[in-house]
Amino acid sequence: MGDAVISIRGLRKSYGEFEAVRGIDLEVRAGEVFAFLGPNGAGKTTTVEILEGYRKRSGGEVEVLGEDPEHGDRGWRERIGIVLQSCRLDPYLTVRESLGLYAGYYRAPRPVDEVIELVGLEGKADSRASKLSGGQQRRLDVGMALVGDPELLFLDEPTTGFDPQARRQAWDVIAGLRDLGKTIFLTTHYMDEAQRLADRVTIIAGGEIVAAGTPEDLGDRENQPATIAFKLPAGVAAGDVPGGPEVSEGGEAMLSTTTPVASLNELTGWALARDVDLEGLEVTRPSLEDIYLELTE
Amino acid sequence: MSGLALFAHQFRYDQKAFWRNPASVFFTVMFPVILLLIFATVFGGQTVDVRGGIKTTAYYVPAIITLAVISATMQSLAMSLVIAREDGRLKRGRGTPMPSWVFIAGRVGNSAVVALLMLVLMAAIGRLLYGVAIPWDRLPQIVITLLIGAAAFCCLGIALTAAIPSQDAAAPIVNALLLPLYFLSGVFIPDDQLPSGVIHFADVFPIRHFFEAFFDVYDPGSIGAALQWGDLAIVAIWGVAGLLLAIRFFRWTPRGG
Repeated sequence: MGDAVISIRGLRKSYGEFEAVRGIDLEVRAGEVFAFLGPNGAGKTTTVEILEGYRKRSGGEVEVLGEDPEHGDRGWRERIGIVLQSCRLDPYLTVRESLGLYAGYYRAPRPVDEVIELVGLEGKADSRASKLSGGQQRRLDVGMALVGDPELLFLDEPTTGFDPQARRQAWDVIAGLRDLGKTIFLTTHYMDEAQRLADRVTIIAGGEIVAAGTPEDLGDRENQPATIAFKLPAGVAAGDVPGGPEVSEGGEAMLSTTTPVASLNELTGWALARDVDLEGLEVTRPSLEDIYLELTE
Repeated sequence: MSGLALFAHQFRYDQKAFWRNPASVFFTVMFPVILLLIFATVFGGQTVDVRGGIKTTAYYVPAIITLAVISATMQSLAMSLVIAREDGRLKRGRGTPMPSWVFIAGRVGNSAVVALLMLVLMAAIGRLLYGVAIPWDRLPQIVITLLIGAAAFCCLGIALTAAIPSQDAAAPIVNALLLPLYFLSGVFIPDDQLPSGVIHFADVFPIRHFFEAFFDVYDPGSIGAALQWGDLAIVAIWGVAGLLLAIRFFRWTPRGG
């Protein structure tokens, strides 16, 4: 793990009476892909725009690349790249020209052709932005953030509204950036995106951090209750079944347990003794999606 | 990179985008040409009762040049800045090391170049098609008048963006302001046919004064015409007011969502 590239302590942001961010702490280290996950309106964009220097905070401490973003100078801006949540590109400039325009803003830009390759637009280098698909425009957008060769890249919901194929291509591009050693701060409301790309995930809901960790151990998934599901055998009352499952109107029985091995043993023992079948029997752990939905409800 | 090099870089790309945009080429370049051709054709052989009577074509060439300058500056800037702002491109640009002023300067440079180009184009059309003499001996006065007007109308265009909430609103708001003033200021209708009350009203606004100042240095019939400092001062005051409003109210981030 490298040094802290972003560190936030007690960050608050209010818009009038409304508190969009209610005192959050987080740290992003050099070279990692950090996913900031949350539903719409959770405070993701407010937070990322404070980190990018677009918004002033109401309280707390923020450091990005060792500086307060509110006072970030040109030298600081040389070191960060930004992809906004929504930005239309100049429709009359080609891919190569848009990248050339942005390359001219930086002291030591990455060669334009190299960036075109990184974002997978080799065949479109001389097409105008207006002729690109949504996914291609977004990749050009990422290229424009990359052409200054920044250390830290902010990607605000880079794949929102994409079809699965365009999303896959965008993911490949982002995964490639990690290999270049860039630190990436990614906001998203897609669990699978965070799972696929991030080293660490932090979930924000209602302006507060509700969970943080690697995608594997997020939300303490291993210790969450498992669910045993089966069809209630005909002629059996729910109360007769060990563990007392909840039964839906359609006869689907659900048993929540923290000791699935013992519960399953008890249940199957009971079924064998009564000589009934447990149709559709399955044991499931909550998926990341379930945990995310539960946390952000 | 030095400030000048950054400006030159931005200006180069703004030029490309301008000339590839059919709407900007049509409204800024073609439209004034079409207007001149229409006015000159419809009112051709007549005379206008100003300065003891001059040919209508001699009236309309400087009149439409003033329109073209305002169109290349105030109208074109207000529209293109609002579009860039609402696209999120101004905000995105602010996230780079580029100083913000470069973004504006590139477009102002673009406007100035197009305004000068329109002067050349309209003067050439006036000379070639209608025999309206080009006042070569007053070229310095013409260029100075044009540049003062261009600067003032650029400032007004930038200020106006603050009053335009969306891309869709840009063209209606700009046209609702400019079109009536072109009529009332004598740009479309020769001012010998306008009631004096109308002229007094138009005198409050910069279009009338810019037109007067430009007409006086351009029209070969006027005697000893020099720079019209009185009119230019009023144009400049409007420009400074626009600049102050722009500094106070200009925004870089989209207004619509």
